[in-house]
Amino acid sequence: MAAHRLDLRRGIPLAHARAMVPDLTIADADPDADAEGLHRLALWALRYSPMVAVDPSDGLWIDITGASHLVGGERPLLDDLVGRLAGMGVASRAAVAGTPGAANAIARFGHRPVCVVDDALEVVSALPLAALRLPPEMTMELRRLGFETIGDLEATPRAPLAHRFGTSLGRRLDQVFGRVAEPIVPVIPTEAVQARRSLVEPISTAEALQTVVGALVTDLCGQLEQRGLGARTLDLLWHRVDGTMQGIRVGTAKPVRNAVHLTRLLNERVDKVDPGFGIEAAVLTATLAEPLTAEEVGRLVGAETDLAASDDAATIAGLIDVLGNRIGHDRLYRCAPLESDVPERSVARIPALAPPVPTGWPTQWPRPGRLLSPPEPIETLALMPDHPPMAFTWRGVRRLIRRADGPERIHGEWWRRDREMAAARDYYAVEDHEGERFWLYRSWEGSPETGPMRWYLHGLFG
Amino acid sequence: MRVLPFGLAEIDDRLPSGGLALGVVHEVAEGGDLGVIHAAAATLFVAGILSRMTGPVLWCLRASDLFAPALSQVGLNPNRVIYAEAPDERMLPLLIEEGLRHRGLAAVVGELAKLPMVASRRMQIAAEHSGVTAIILRRWRSPATAAVEVGQPTAAVTRWRISALPSSPLPAPGIGRRRWRVELVRCRGGGTGEWDLEGCDEEGRLGLLANLADGSAARQGTLVEEPPWQARLRIGA
Repeated sequence: MAAHRLDLRRGIPLAHARAMVPDLTIADADPDADAEGLHRLALWALRYSPMVAVDPSDGLWIDITGASHLVGGERPLLDDLVGRLAGMGVASRAAVAGTPGAANAIARFGHRPVCVVDDALEVVSALPLAALRLPPEMTMELRRLGFETIGDLEATPRAPLAHRFGTSLGRRLDQVFGRVAEPIVPVIPTEAVQARRSLVEPISTAEALQTVVGALVTDLCGQLEQRGLGARTLDLLWHRVDGTMQGIRVGTAKPVRNAVHLTRLLNERVDKVDPGFGIEAAVLTATLAEPLTAEEVGRLVGAETDLAASDDAATIAGLIDVLGNRIGHDRLYRCAPLESDVPERSVARIPALAPPVPTGWPTQWPRPGRLLSPPEPIETLALMPDHPPMAFTWRGVRRLIRRADGPERIHGEWWRRDREMAAARDYYAVEDHEGERFWLYRSWEGSPETGPMRWYLHGLFG
Repeated sequence: MRVLPFGLAEIDDRLPSGGLALGVVHEVAEGGDLGVIHAAAATLFVAGILSRMTGPVLWCLRASDLFAPALSQVGLNPNRVIYAEAPDERMLPLLIEEGLRHRGLAAVVGELAKLPMVASRRMQIAAEHSGVTAIILRRWRSPATAAVEVGQPTAAVTRWRISALPSSPLPAPGIGRRRWRVELVRCRGGGTGEWDLEGCDEEGRLGLLANLADGSAARQGTLVEEPPWQARLRIGA
């Protein structure tokens, strides 16, 4: 990017470049090291999906089919990816599209650096020919013939083109538009624990797939045991007879080496696999494995000696993994007290399987069962400055206050934000004439005596 | 049949086997325009039931407006509750059903707007099989949708309706212990009933009203205990 701004372009002589920028730092091109670096980056990108392939010489393909919901969707995934790469000092462009060809074209030649495309056809048609990944001389020749964009080529009869340029042109076009499948060759971490099964006859029924899952998991658990590890992420790749692949990924909240548990997690997702004309091989990889804690090992030994014993904690871990693979592990949580007087900050979300926290919330004051976030402004009628209001209007309904408790003063946390230095809230619990109980507060934005104040509704007691 | 008694003879006598049956589906809704949307009282009613059980609880929800400190104030230890936040409404029944299949749980709570017959049947079967209790907390988007859906049949064994009542009178100005009208709208193999009760205490137990609505109990100052925050307030004032 910086080079671009200095007018340094690919192909200019070195002497020329030095003349333009006297203090230019020069390094020899090292394609092997680049390729190795890209491979390492591909292994890193396995965090997003089981299927990551290198797109030489400077790209990555990530097949996020069925994997994006774990990060919250396609757009959050792209943002996360580009953000993390930027954190590593890698400038990147990224696109999500229906085919590898289209994603490649849009990422490299699209207008926006990060985009999710639903209708690739329209966007890709407007891109220049260079986006088709054709040999440079062929691109030059096509441009001489007056073709500028992919859409121009698409609108031209295929036969004369094939006659002149061969079949590769048509194939690239079909790959971009998804008429021909383009298999990608996923990278496999070399150190990974892996089990593989090649099948004599292609299989396609769910029962057959589950049988294979069972066999693979048994193999894998044996290997994990030899290394003293438990799996955190499992990737199962199904090789179809047409040369494409389907991937399943499951994650666990804690390292697991229990074959029954892992088989169950994988079988849950087997129905997501489209076997096409059949599946001829399957590879199960423990992409992320961690040492088993002593507690886990003890449980394993216990489970083997006494099959009837079902430890509560173990089944809860199983449940968490099943649910986590459906909705994402960050959507499963427990609430724990946090030391803050400000109500909305006093609850922390901790992982569902975290060790128990010792104490509850310290306050003696009643807290509402439902907390509005953010608090909603209300219109009040107050007679005296230090008393609860006589009536208030919320969401268009006016309520007369019959009883009230308070105030409970909560000061702003000045050590978090300067703005809260002088802020304070006076909380009142109030009850209206029908018996509904509300949690109101008066917010001071300045000194309590002089500053402006507003009333808010923060919660409902029930 | 395993049951969890309320500890109040008036209610327990109406229920078959003398208490809230475990390992089945129960349905709890709240009355009133605010109640059908926020179900704050019904939430505490459910939390009170849970706090008297032992073992972990799975709470399936969509809106994250639940305030955990309030649950802990009716005796529900935060360590026992695992929350599962569904990305959409359709996912919720699946999460609830999955939870009901795991014997390690004491109960599964689901905050649902729609509870179709088929979904509730499936939950009932899963609950009977594992012995885990399901409590469906109904929350609607608006009073209008609630009015349409509230009477529709489900496979739940009991159906409760909770409504907030003005709180117990105190000797000084202020809010006393919360009071609810608890209605048992439907109960398979049992009767229906309607009680005005004092809301859950810090151990999750409902209480009988001191039958002195005119405030004479408050004047005597014996039956109604003053809450600690009230006392502190007056000392401070």
